[in-house]
Amino acid sequence: MTVDSELEGQIAEWRAYMDRRRELRHTDAEELEDHLRSRITELTEGGLRTDEAFLIAVKRMGSLDDLSREFAREHSERLWKQLVLPAEPEASAARTRRELPVMVLCAAVAALAIKVPGLFGLDMSDHNGSFYARNISLFALPALAAYFAWQRRAGIRLIGVLAALFVLGAVAANAYPLADDSQSIVLTAIHLPIALWLVVGVAYAGGDWRSNRRRMDFIRFTGEWLIYFALLALGGGVLTAFTMGTFQAIGLDAEGFVSQWLLPCGAMAAVVVSAWLVEAKQSVIENMAPVLTRVFTPLFAATLLAFLVAFIWTNNGIDVERDVLILFDLLLVIVLGLLLYAISARDLTARPGLFDRLQLVLVVAALVIDVLVLLAITGRITEFGFSPNKTAALGENLILLTNLAWSAWLFLGFTRGRLPFARLERWQTRYLLVYAAWAWTVVLAFPLVFNFR
Amino acid sequence: MHITKDLVAASATPLVLGILAEGESYGYAILKQVNDLSGGQLEWTDGLLYPLLHRLERLGHVESDWQTPPGGRRRKYYRITDQGRAELAEQRRQWATVVDALRSVWSATPAITPIMTPAWEAGR
Repeated sequence: MTVDSELEGQIAEWRAYMDRRRELRHTDAEELEDHLRSRITELTEGGLRTDEAFLIAVKRMGSLDDLSREFAREHSERLWKQLVLPAEPEASAARTRRELPVMVLCAAVAALAIKVPGLFGLDMSDHNGSFYARNISLFALPALAAYFAWQRRAGIRLIGVLAALFVLGAVAANAYPLADDSQSIVLTAIHLPIALWLVVGVAYAGGDWRSNRRRMDFIRFTGEWLIYFALLALGGGVLTAFTMGTFQAIGLDAEGFVSQWLLPCGAMAAVVVSAWLVEAKQSVIENMAPVLTRVFTPLFAATLLAFLVAFIWTNNGIDVERDVLILFDLLLVIVLGLLLYAISARDLTARPGLFDRLQLVLVVAALVIDVLVLLAITGRITEFGFSPNKTAALGENLILLTNLAWSAWLFLGFTRGRLPFARLERWQTRYLLVYAAWAWTVVLAFPLVFNFR
Repeated sequence: MHITKDLVAASATPLVLGILAEGESYGYAILKQVNDLSGGQLEWTDGLLYPLLHRLERLGHVESDWQTPPGGRRRKYYRITDQGRAELAEQRRQWATVVDALRSVWSATPAITPIMTPAWEAGR
């Protein structure tokens, strides 16, 4: 074997180690290999034998663990799910074994929590519907937060803060004297889960909620979690159908069991199980949210453009019904979701491409439509005054509109090559605070402001 | 002399930006230049330069592209952007302030001469 081919063999072996690391992309390994070769050349020119030079060059490169940890920290979009970056092998082995039992425990707590009110006479019948609607997020999300607190080894202060926030949510949902048919009940039922979900985000980030990268990780997690939850719900639907059908065949009515136990407990447990699936089984379905985004961005862009053309062509005014504002709020949420999940999976240093322009078209179209709707609806509100529902819907609309308008501006700068893409990411992650503030405002302040209407 | 990790980390960004401000370069050359500039005193772990370069790229302070010189290896070159220059100017201001402050402290307390090695450092 000649000296050169021996060195090539050693480098190839080193390169194979590099390629096995998921933190390192192919181009990163190539860049590092170039570095290694430069170092070896310098050392051999200084008089060392090639095998000595190789050893020194590898040593100076730093330990592979340190290196991939640094890369992971910088490129968290590549393996965001392994949030616990410093993977000390011996310490984590015992924890990974305990991971499953702890998850099952948290899921069981979530499932049983929803039956606890039943012990105090609040069974799951229709006249307690508003109680369950208000509190639905208070059964599963504390268990989920507890799971993350355990997994991220949260300190006692963080646990205290999390507990305090959940207690605050519980008080807000139950302390106000709200009538069962009041609008505020519905608003609390919608906004408390959002507020508490962001509290779960604090636990998810292990208390490091100020970090933009951790927030982005949480956004990614949310998207994947939704997908897993939907999949589990589908499976649960099949299970329910079979339970009902098979028992009916032998003359037993399983409907009571299904509606009192299987559905509520299953749904609560699924909240925790989906989170665990996202954390543990990512490689099974790798990052679905960005894939769906790729598929639906062009379709939504086309639909919105078609709507705009039809609107101008027919000159029909927008029919300002009660639900129109909510419909268009949802539209903005979807456009924002498409934007977020495109951002979350994007290689931040790639140059602007066709897909980015398409995304810009989508955002601008949504903005134009929303402005039309807002113009149409302002008249209604000035005529009939503010109600909790209208105020909340309008507030959400303004929050989303602001976000999308500034995103569109940053996007424009990016497609023209004037702004780095990271600015857009930072804007979105910072905006999470606005959502949190708004959701808590609706839950805590709206009943007071609107006299418990 | 052993320069502490924190100090190395803090000075890494201005050093890299300063070197790139003189013209485009690649990882290995940057590292060599840092070595030359510090008279071999500033020791970086080679590999850790790259995550730093990638971070600067993500923040928009530098741009990169792959170039293949005729007959050579494919190599990733980094170039400073206008935003990077602004960042460099800002870092320079901050460092100047720190250095000034340190200098006044050194001259105010002549008891600590740079030749004396503190006892806990003697073992190094």
